[in-house]
Parts: sequence; C-alpha cells; structure tokens
Amino acid sequence: MQQTFEQQRRYETGEAELLTFYEQMLLIRRFEEKAGQLYGLGLIGGFCHLYIGQEAVAIGLQSALDNEKDSVITGYRDHGHMLAYGIDPKIIMAELTGRLAGISKGKGGSMHMFSTEHKFYGGHGIVGAQVPLGGGLALAHQYRDDGGLCLAYFGDGAANQGQVYETFNMASLWKLPIVFAIENNQYAMGTAVRRSSAETEFYRRGTAFRIPGMQVNGMDVLEVRQAAEVAFAHVRAGKGPVLMELETYRYRGHSMSDPAKYRTREEVQEVREKSDPIEGAKADLLRLGVSEDRLKEIDKRIRAAVTESADFAESSPEPGADELYTDVLVGSY
Amino acid sequence: MPIELKMPALSPTMEEGTLARWLVKEGDSVSAGDVLAEIETDKATMEFESIDEGTVGKILIPEGTENVKVGTLIAVLTGEDEDASAIPAQAAKAEAPEEDHKAAESGAPKGDAPSGTDQLAASATPAVDPEIPAGTNMIKLTVREALRDAMAEEMRLDERVFVMGEEVAEYQGAYKVTQGLLEEFGPRRVIDTPITEYGFAGIGTGAAMGGLRPVVEFMTFNFAMQAIDHIVNSAAKTNYMSGGQMRIPIVFRGPNGAASRVAAQHSQNFAPWYANVPGLVVIAPYDASDAKGLLKAAIRSDDPVVFLENELVYGRSFELAQLDDHVLPIGKARIVREGKDVTIVSYSIAVGLALEAAETLVGEGIDAEVLDLRTLRPLDREAILTSLAKTNRLIIAEEGWPTCSIASEVAAICMEDGFDNLDAPVLRVCNEDVPLPYAANLEAMALIDADRIVEAARKVCYR
Repeated sequence: MQQTFEQQRRYETGEAELLTFYEQMLLIRRFEEKAGQLYGLGLIGGFCHLYIGQEAVAIGLQSALDNEKDSVITGYRDHGHMLAYGIDPKIIMAELTGRLAGISKGKGGSMHMFSTEHKFYGGHGIVGAQVPLGGGLALAHQYRDDGGLCLAYFGDGAANQGQVYETFNMASLWKLPIVFAIENNQYAMGTAVRRSSAETEFYRRGTAFRIPGMQVNGMDVLEVRQAAEVAFAHVRAGKGPVLMELETYRYRGHSMSDPAKYRTREEVQEVREKSDPIEGAKADLLRLGVSEDRLKEIDKRIRAAVTESADFAESSPEPGADELYTDVLVGSY
Repeated sequence: MPIELKMPALSPTMEEGTLARWLVKEGDSVSAGDVLAEIETDKATMEFESIDEGTVGKILIPEGTENVKVGTLIAVLTGEDEDASAIPAQAAKAEAPEEDHKAAESGAPKGDAPSGTDQLAASATPAVDPEIPAGTNMIKLTVREALRDAMAEEMRLDERVFVMGEEVAEYQGAYKVTQGLLEEFGPRRVIDTPITEYGFAGIGTGAAMGGLRPVVEFMTFNFAMQAIDHIVNSAAKTNYMSGGQMRIPIVFRGPNGAASRVAAQHSQNFAPWYANVPGLVVIAPYDASDAKGLLKAAIRSDDPVVFLENELVYGRSFELAQLDDHVLPIGKARIVREGKDVTIVSYSIAVGLALEAAETLVGEGIDAEVLDLRTLRPLDREAILTSLAKTNRLIIAEEGWPTCSIASEVAAICMEDGFDNLDAPVLRVCNEDVPLPYAANLEAMALIDADRIVEAARKVCYR
C-alpha cells in the first residue's frame, strides 16, 4: 500500500479544491488563535488543546470522506476536526466558552464536542478511548453493511495505550472498516516521542496485527489527501483496517497551561518556516496562478467569521439551571 | 477393590450434570488419562478422564441421563482378577443420589464448616410478582434460561440487538447463559471476542454510539474492572457531555458477587461502584421472572445499563409467568414477602437469604417484610420509605462489603427522609470487610448468611 502511495504522493487537484482546503485550514488556524486569546481573557476555562500546526491532517483526511456514510472520532484536540466539517464556528466557540448555544449545550467544553448530524462522534477526554469506540463505530458500519468507514484519530501519546492494540487485534481479526490515523505531533504532552516510544515509527505498529501502515507527511494537505485516497480505497474494498501515521507538529503547548519548556523556540520556528501546512498550500496556489489579493480576501473573510464567532460566544447566555439535570438519562424510570 | 467412579464436579458451582456420552463400554480396559465420558455441566461439555487403570466393570448411569447429581456412582472399574459381581449392591445406592453432594462438589470434608457460598445457596422462593394478572399460566425456569430467553426475544424483535463477549458464541457462554443464541442468530449477531475486556467494552460502546444495541457479556464483573473506564467515562457520561446528542443504548451484563471458593479476585460485588455513577442504570435481579423482565427492559432502554447477575443463582428455578412479552419496569423495587414488624431490604442473591431469615423469624413471632430492590440506580426510595413507614424497623441484607455499600445508601435514605418513622437504628447486614478468603471455613465466616440477618432483625425488634 505504501508502494501505491509512493508512486504518487500528492493528490492532483485544481485551483478550486485547493482553495477550499486553504480556506478550511486557515479557518482552523485563525479560530484556534482566537480561542487562545479568549482563554487568556478567562472566557474559556479548563483544558484547551489547540490544533495549530496540524491543520493539514484533518482537512486532508476529512475531505476524502463520504459524509453520507462515514464516521469520525477523535480525542480531546477536536476543534479542528469539527471545523473541517463546516460546522458553524459560532456554536463551536460557544461550547468553548460554556454557553447554552454551544454544540453540547455548554456541558462538554473544549474536549467533548459531538455532531451526530455529521457523524462526528467526539471529542473524548480519556487518552486512547476513542480508538475502541471508533472500532465500535466501524463494527456498526459493517453490521449494517452501509458501506461507511470510521476514521479514528489519535496521537503519538495515545498510541502507547493498551486499548489501542486490543482494538488493532479485533479490527484486523474482524476486518472492520476503520482507518487508524495517528497524528504524530512529536510530543505526548511534554514527553518527546523518543523518550516514550520504543518504536518511534508509528506506522509500523500495526504489523503484528497484519494491519498495513502508511507514513505520511502530515504537513502537506495534498499528500495527506492522496494517502487518504489510497487508505480509504483499501478499507472500502473490505480488506480491513489501515494504520496511517501522519507526521505533524503542534506549534502551541499541549494545552493552554503548557509553557512548552521541553523544546526550544528554534525547533518550533524551524517547522513554522520550513513546513507550515498553510504556507505550503499558499505556495501551491500562487504557482497555480491565484493572486495574492484573492488570498488576502479569503483571510479577511475568515478573520471576520472568527471575530463574529468570538462575539457570539462571549455574548450568548450560559445554560439555565434547568440544564443541570437534563441529559443524565434518556429514559425516565 | 473395584474403583468407584462418581459424577465429578467440573465447575465450582456445579451440582448436577448430564452424562452426555460414554466413550467406553463394559469390558473395555482403560488406562489413566483415557477419556471415559463426556459430561455436560452448567457451563460446558467436559471430558471425564480416568485417573486409574483397569477394566470397565459396570456402567451404572446410561448415556443421555440428565440431572445426575455430583457424587452419584456412575461406573465401576475393576482391577486385575476382579469381576463385577459385587457391583449390583452398589448400583442400588447410585439410584438414590441424595448424598452430601455439596461436600463432594467443594471438596470440603464432611462435618466441617460449610463453604461460604453454600449458605448463599438458600433458595427460598419469593411471592409471585404482583404485576402479573391472576390466572396467568406459570412455568418453571432457571435464571440462566430466563436471561437467555430475554436476549433471544429481544434479538428477534430488534435487528440492532447483538451479543458480544468472551465465549458467548461457539462455547455457548462461559456459564451457558447464551446457550443456543449462535445457532439461532449466527456469528454476525453473536460475537466471540478475544480476552480483551477494555477493548471490547469500548467497541461495544462505540457500536451503541453508532446506533446498534449491544449486549456486552463479561465472563464475570471482576474482569470488567479492566473495562470500567469505558462503562463510566465513555458510556455513562457521553450523553450528558454531548448535550443529549449521543445515545448509548448498551447493556453490560454478567455474573457479579461472590462465587464459590475462588478467592478474592473472583469474588466481589461491584453494585455500589456502578450505582455511584450518574448516567448509568444498574439492575441486580434475584429470581428468573425479574431477570427476564428486567433484562428485556434493559435492552430496550436508551441508556447504558449495568446488569448484575449472580453465578450461584443461575441454576435456581423459579416460577415465571408465561407472557408474550414479559417486560418489567426499571427503577421499581418489589415486596417479595409482606410483613409488618421489620423490613429487610435486599437485592440479588441476598434476597434468598432474607426470605430464609424471614421464615425463621416467623417462629419467633417476628413478621418480616422483604423488599427486593431489583434496580439499584435509580433506587426506588419510595418503596423503601413506604415499607419503613409500615414496619418502623429496617435492616439491609447485602452480599457485599459494608463500607460505602448499597446498604449504606439505603440507611442514609432512611435517616434523611424516614427518620420520624424509625423505632430503631437501621442496621446493615453485609459480608465482612475483608477480601474474600479461599479456605472454606474463612469464606463462610466472611459471607453474609441468614442467621446474621435473623440476628439483626431481632436486634431492631429489641428481642
């Protein structure tokens, strides 16, 4: 599979689609920057894990999904995956500020966001839990024979959880339609991959379970998309799971409370300068003849949308006291 | 001397079994290790091997015989130069299998303290469920069969319902609760999993998120400790955290509580653990009727349900109303014995002990009411308080540790909302606060029994 991918590493597309990718990635970037600001102002509480630097992963993978059928699940760094669906930034930001208008009525917060309408199943706060849950979503696809697959994201940190391998075993044994996408952003909170992992090439980790692996540059949206085409085709053909390792980088700390003292400023700077996914897409667009002005216009539009979402999230009301006891159980007994 | 071959106990809870097939015939010579017969226990079909060498002198129990009690003489091996002439006399003994098979089963020497779980085996029958209309045809069913029927009926009704767990399919269930389901529903809906509780509890929960209705069997709830993260963090909390978007209609079921002579890691009542968690429904039935009616309700519920069964109760038979659709309400306790002097609140296996205690108390002029909680979350506060208002005295019988127990919770409810009705302090009758020991005498000392319930009832009645 890696060989198929090597033959053509980058997805071929026209100006229009690449512009869409660019715009979506930029929306995530600007949204997260704004979330960081609101956190600093005390409007967002608790933990808040930003996706800045990793945008190409969510956009590259999710743009290849069949949204009528496929499901997605991820961990707590989930804002970007929500935005990739085109879900209104206002209700995502309102969840971050804990307001009734938030997608979880303000009861979940940053780490626990869901949109069953889009088949996005969260947003899970326990590291690695989303992997067997994703296995279950894949089992449901298979059980119903609905042709869908589950895209289950997790990080290099979660990749060391035992339940991940329990799921690998069953997913491969039962040929579940699931794509395991490891977003290797190099750090599990403050612990570098080399300090926590005996096998640092995560795409190899499925080998013992006969799950084919793919190593993908997660900083290039077109490469991610091309890899998704190959991986999804394999899974849709009923051949069982695929493990994708997407090498990426988070520019910010693990969460807002992380000063990121475990790496140098230069290291971050170098990634930003050399492999930023948005700058990369921009360069591609310019090569295709898109004008700087047009890109600036997009940026302006996005900034306005993000500002609007922040205003909404700040001004919309908190959940009423009556919400305290709703949604605990569905039935009344 | 001819060697007597007796019906072996092939599981800790086996009391009788089916002699499925003889693999030897009279006159065959056998050596140690040869398989003599296949015996079907409450859990599996086991091979019965010879541990001696000799000649099969006489087969006393023909193949296909059901309900052969443990300890029954089933065949005789003769040694060299012996014949089977002395056998008929012994065969007569085998016809009356009323030996102390429990001692044989547990291996405990006769006359010693009974094993702790023997005392749990008191199987007094509760009164007929008041919700069943009079005149309904009643059948006798084991709890094991009732649970299987509940699953089978719901699977017939709803394509989304499936069963997964260790040994649920081809093995027919580690405790045979899922017997026959594979045959009827096939491997798509009756799924054998690897030994990987955390993983399959998560997969089950994810499948529920994806719109299916999984019934996840744990071989015992002791092993669910590996999976409790998904039960609590993924299944119980997600509907709330998603503002009501994420339904998790799943049932986690399996045997809970002390089994027989398997020591501490295999003997624990986890009811208080799960009953502590908002977002879960927790059910722990005692008899076959409640087991069936409540499991059907659990499968139909849109909420995650922890359904706690008891291995020692699986084989007990109870009267069950023959209804097309026997579904009971979740969250409702049931008075299984009416009384006026003292209320014994209980659930699961301890209900049998409470009923036994109530019978003893009759002889002392104490008329005890026994209330089976059945559902532990949400707890039927009203039923507890109503019974307390009637008897003014209340004790709780629980096969589990006393600290932070269901008993503690019931006591707190009585203090908070029933104080004016109390004529005596509420007492908890539970297991001793120690890990369950293996030794038969210590196990017996550690576990709740009917005598202790009687003693507590006397105390609150100031006798």
